[in-house]
Amino acid sequence: MTVILETKSLNKEFGAVIAAKDLDVRISKGEIVGVIGSNGAGKTTFINMVTGYLKPTRGEILFNGKSILGHSPRAITRAGMARSFQVAQLFPEMTVLDNLIVALAAAESPRPSFLSPLRSDKRIARAEDILREFGVENYRDSLVTAVPQGARKLVDIAMALIGNPQMLLLDEPTSGVSMDEKTGLMDTVMNAVRQHGVTVLFVEHDMDVVERYVSRVLAFYSGEIIADGQPSAVLADERVRDLVTGHRPTHKKGNGAS
Amino acid sequence: MTSLLAVLIDGSIYASWLFLVAAGLTVIYGVMRILNMAHGSFYAIGAYSAASLVGWYFNNGIGPAWISYLLLVGAALVAGLIVGVIIERGLLRLMYGRDEILMVIITYALLLILEDTMKIVWGVNPYFAYQPYSELGRTSLGLLKVSNYDLSLVGVSAVIGLVLWGLLERTNTGKVLRAVIHDREIAVAMGVNVRLMFTITFVIGTILGALAGALTAPAISVVPGIGIEVIVLAFAVVVIGGLGSIGGAAVGALLVGLSRAAAVHYAPEFELFVIYGVMSLVLAFRPEGLFGRTLARKI
Amino acid sequence: MRFDKTEISLAAVAIALVLFGFVSPGWLIFLLTIAFAKALVVQGVVMQMRSGLVSFGQGLFYCIGGYTVGMGGQFFGIHDAIAALSLGMLVAIAVAMVLGLLLTRYRDIFFAMLSLAFSMILFGILVKSPELGSTDGFNVHNWTIFGWAPDGGESSQHTVFTLTILAGLVIAVLIHRYTKAGIGVICEAVRENEVRVEYLGLSPRWLLYGNYVSAAAVSALGGGLTALATGHVDPEMAYWTTSGEFIFIALLGGLGHVAAPFIAAVVFSVVRTYAIELVPHTWQMILGFTLLGVIVFLPKGLWSLVSRKKAGERA
Repeated sequence: MTVILETKSLNKEFGAVIAAKDLDVRISKGEIVGVIGSNGAGKTTFINMVTGYLKPTRGEILFNGKSILGHSPRAITRAGMARSFQVAQLFPEMTVLDNLIVALAAAESPRPSFLSPLRSDKRIARAEDILREFGVENYRDSLVTAVPQGARKLVDIAMALIGNPQMLLLDEPTSGVSMDEKTGLMDTVMNAVRQHGVTVLFVEHDMDVVERYVSRVLAFYSGEIIADGQPSAVLADERVRDLVTGHRPTHKKGNGAS
Repeated sequence: MTSLLAVLIDGSIYASWLFLVAAGLTVIYGVMRILNMAHGSFYAIGAYSAASLVGWYFNNGIGPAWISYLLLVGAALVAGLIVGVIIERGLLRLMYGRDEILMVIITYALLLILEDTMKIVWGVNPYFAYQPYSELGRTSLGLLKVSNYDLSLVGVSAVIGLVLWGLLERTNTGKVLRAVIHDREIAVAMGVNVRLMFTITFVIGTILGALAGALTAPAISVVPGIGIEVIVLAFAVVVIGGLGSIGGAAVGALLVGLSRAAAVHYAPEFELFVIYGVMSLVLAFRPEGLFGRTLARKI
Repeated sequence: MRFDKTEISLAAVAIALVLFGFVSPGWLIFLLTIAFAKALVVQGVVMQMRSGLVSFGQGLFYCIGGYTVGMGGQFFGIHDAIAALSLGMLVAIAVAMVLGLLLTRYRDIFFAMLSLAFSMILFGILVKSPELGSTDGFNVHNWTIFGWAPDGGESSQHTVFTLTILAGLVIAVLIHRYTKAGIGVICEAVRENEVRVEYLGLSPRWLLYGNYVSAAAVSALGGGLTALATGHVDPEMAYWTTSGEFIFIALLGGLGHVAAPFIAAVVFSVVRTYAIELVPHTWQMILGFTLLGVIVFLPKGLWSLVSRKKAGERA
């Protein structure tokens, strides 16, 4: 299995605060990886570093074998790694359709046109397809500010997928979404992802969601990775139970109540 | 050697004046996140108030010269207090919470209004109040003759700087103000009466501006428009030092004062250029200014 | 080339105005010329406002455009108006390409104050330049268009008027297309959420740079036309209060439509002419209160400016 993303001894210090300590991660092409950990454990810091938003204090990041250390988010996106955000990062006073069209145009070329119209028939059609794929076609002409949280997160993820990335990092895709909507949202996202053969890493607090979709789990605590492996193993790990998930019965897989 | 001394002296005098002018601006921005374009108008109001009061005092031969210095300061305090309270309570209060840039434009509108208000109150003819300036005479420093008034300005400036610093670092109100500077939301959550803090801060800023104008009045002829020239200088100083930092304003004032003095003595055509050149240079290397705060993570 | 409804309406209005110019009194022609020339400068301000930046120093390019036209005639023998105007735009573009490298690193008040600073630097340079007339500036005269010279004041005024209307039309159509093209919409996206634009694989900085340089060229054209119309240039063109006027007109008109700055500029010029005559010492106060009124009661005009939120501040 080819390694698509690799970090070596990744560290981030903010003065005395150690946000990330010696993170060694190797993710192979096609994997679906879940990242768990309580707030402040370093999950978003990890994503921010890997996508170039934050500069690591020490360490190395390799994407498809090439170093992306010090590259900007723009360059990293163009290299094939996209991400979504904890709080959906959209263009608030533009319509959902426009948001997608902008993402489309950006994916097509780093140099936008000065005179030919952005909202061409071709782009509108493609954007409408994506809206349908994500089930948010009803919000086509709504301003983002008028769109509910769940739909916003879907649009956020859709915009990340538009550029046909090789790897997708999702930062808490279901946060802010109600319990019954969570699975619906993840099903939609995972369907879209499977169609494009994308490697996925997503941060999630809901263990049910994690167990349902991933083949591997990384557990963060206080800036370190305390466990890395199959979901059943990680979620049964004593340290993980002490520090991250709590001692809850793992009823889903039927193995070992606490 | 003489010209070097001249540059140092001129530079320090100009720096003290710059600090006086810029201090109020940076305090208001630090606490309220408002870059007050009308700050120059407060300066002008202070100058007009002081000049008219002192002028009246001497024209009517009321009393001894030393009282005029008290009048200068008093005029600034009263004018600053009145204008500050009226504007903060009457106008700004209604506009809080808007985009920073919008606040700048709002204060620009305020500037336009105040400029004409001054014309209405004081007319367009110049006011003179030279007595406090000339009374103190001059001192010889080597081959140079320096006005004692200008020299004392350096002292006054330092005192005010220290008082401000003391207020912010040593008093409880100062600590509360610094809390508000750091994080307004949390300060509110902790029960700080932010509205009161805003009023206090704005009035302090206004008084400082008016004081700068009042203390300058004896050295100039007070005419319409003096506030407008002052703003751009104050901005440069405050931006160099870092918005919201009093220490920064002092350092910025020194930098600009000395650079300008050097320019005036050696290459006068570059005077204005130097001030903005220094600002652009500082910003090119330290976008937040010398003592400015870097911003927290957005995502 | 297909022209949409807006562009056809603009063309119709332009033709009507040109015809109107043949029957109007001189003072009205002059007023409208100055207003439309100013509107072009304002278009530059509006272009930047759409991308979230308020330029407090657009007077820099207004002044560059004007002085290039003036200096072209006085010192370099460039008497053709079109050549001089084009040269003004080129100089502005060159300056903008240099300054833009620094300015596009900043946003919000830093951008505003830096832009103000640069226009004041030019002001300072001009004031201390006796060869250029210092604070008095100098006169612009003896220009021709493709060899043809207008005879006398009225004919000259009328020619500049027609020239300004036509230039205004061309710029309006171009800007109309610009705002609907990738660059225009994406610059607005930068205003809305710069981080997201980065993560889409674009560079907000270079987008703003292109926008900044384009805006400089448009504003310089306005400055050049003003120089031709008034026959005079002076450093006041780069003084920050002049830039303040452009911001005022921009806010008055709003960012919604390319015709707005033209309309607002005419309204502004008319009101100003009368206000200065009737109430010379309260004219600025009126401006100030009007500005506050627009901010408070016409938020639509300031809508895009007001509703921009920084990433992460939304709940």
